Amino acid sequence: MILMIFVGIEVIGRVPSVLHTPLMSGANAIHGVVVIGAIIIMGKAEADNYLALVLGFLAVVLGTLNVVGGFVVTDRMLEMFKKKK
Amino acid sequence: MGSNILTICYLIASVTFIIGLKMLSNPVSARKGNLLAAFGMGIAIIGTIFLYENEGHRLHNYAWIFGGLLVGGIIGTLAAKKVKMTAMPEMVSMFNGMGGACAALISIVEFNHLSKELADGTKNVDAAQPIVLIIVLGLIIGSVSFAGSMIAWGKLNGKVKDLSFTGQNILNLMILGLALAAGAYLVIDPTQSFLLYTILILSLVYGVFFVMPIGGADMPVVISLLNSFTGVAAACGGFLYDNKVMLTGGILVGAAGTLLTILMCKAMNRSLQNVLIGSFGGNKTAGATGSKDQGHYKEVSLADAAMLMSYANKVMIVPGYGLAVAQAQHVCHELEKILGEKGVEVKYAIHPVAGRMPGHMNVLLAEADVSYEKLLEMEDANDEFKTCDVVLILGANDVVNPAAKNDPASPIYGMPILEVELAKNVIVNKRSMKPGYAGIENDLFFQPKTSMLFGDAKKVLQDLCAEVKLV
Repeated sequence: MILMIFVGIEVIGRVPSVLHTPLMSGANAIHGVVVIGAIIIMGKAEADNYLALVLGFLAVVLGTLNVVGGFVVTDRMLEMFKKKK
Repeated sequence: MGSNILTICYLIASVTFIIGLKMLSNPVSARKGNLLAAFGMGIAIIGTIFLYENEGHRLHNYAWIFGGLLVGGIIGTLAAKKVKMTAMPEMVSMFNGMGGACAALISIVEFNHLSKELADGTKNVDAAQPIVLIIVLGLIIGSVSFAGSMIAWGKLNGKVKDLSFTGQNILNLMILGLALAAGAYLVIDPTQSFLLYTILILSLVYGVFFVMPIGGADMPVVISLLNSFTGVAAACGGFLYDNKVMLTGGILVGAAGTLLTILMCKAMNRSLQNVLIGSFGGNKTAGATGSKDQGHYKEVSLADAAMLMSYANKVMIVPGYGLAVAQAQHVCHELEKILGEKGVEVKYAIHPVAGRMPGHMNVLLAEADVSYEKLLEMEDANDEFKTCDVVLILGANDVVNPAAKNDPASPIYGMPILEVELAKNVIVNKRSMKPGYAGIENDLFFQPKTSMLFGDAKKVLQDLCAEVKLV
């Protein structure tokens, strides 16, 4: 876990400022990994546990939005860099 | 066997996150890095659905799961594809909020589950306490991130105004303190279920109040900070299920996000504390010291400006927030083309924090189909100013303010600027003589080589195009 902190810091090492926003967007998409927790909740919920089913479903939708939206938005930002030096 | 494959899936995903993020920090590999991380995420998700086991049971409710994935996937893709490029930071904020909300919901459902186990004796209080701690942390961090991100979205949208009042910081800290206290109490006595909802509401309120006073221009820094918060919330979820990929992804983003936030602050030459707390106090003092002698400035007429630029060999355009506000990027490109036809070499000088987010000007000009080769980064632009006949500044202010070099008392002192005074002529287009974002005077306007061209950027550029055509 400590390793991850160091990796996180090292990864950001030298970022040109014009990439700050896409990098933020990419990191945003990655923390959408929280959707896996939502999937687990949904997957474990018994048929009569309406709270888990409804909130779980909502959580999956929100988590997926984070993931899919995040990666697509990042890709659109990076489209600009096609012709860059 | 299944769980071994799942472990490998999670390992692959974690590696793609790390490598992908690293690749995102380099313009050449950035796009592939994003795809790589997305691919890894996909593997982790699919693997979880089919291979996850808890006490020997696989996951069920596939219809619900795939339904949720589909709904989220379709809405996410449509929203991300249709949004205007200049609305990017808002979208990042919105999706960040979604992630925070997801983490908070996970906490709620898991607490509910835990309460049942406590009630029917499947678990005793001692075993439950560490779990409640993680649940509470995930709830607080996720909710703060969600609420804050939604307010940030509103601010960048223009829908939410800045709100500040005296004693605000103290009130905020009190709310946070209450939430944490309720959380501690709940950990000690997990049967007090109502406290969970108290924590939820307090956290949401704190999230709102935390972001409310901060100006729209500072939003990218705030979003970056909230981004790392959501990462930590995701990591909490990872602790809850001892899920390696959630832990990896969450901590990675938590750490990287924090560092990125600090980097963004450095580029603006302001401390994070100043951004979060000093947004009103700081600017007030800056305004007060800035009210020295106005000095004498020259104005230039449209016709003269057009003449000056048409007969120039080299013109450098410095775009700023004013260009974005006026949405004048297309007309700007028009002017560039007309001047180009007259044999004038036109380039753009892009300061790293021009506009309201890093890369703002790049996105704006890319949207207007301005050729990428014409955009110069600050160091390259600074080398070329001395051979420029005319510099046209479009709504940029602080990034060309010499006080950053010359005046140690200035709030922007130390920030590298575009050295436009090296050029032969400087034309500044602004709507008025009012100060820019930093709230300070700009000596550039009073220098002998500078003349002012007042007006809305779009109108001025349109008129300039007409005049240049006549020359």
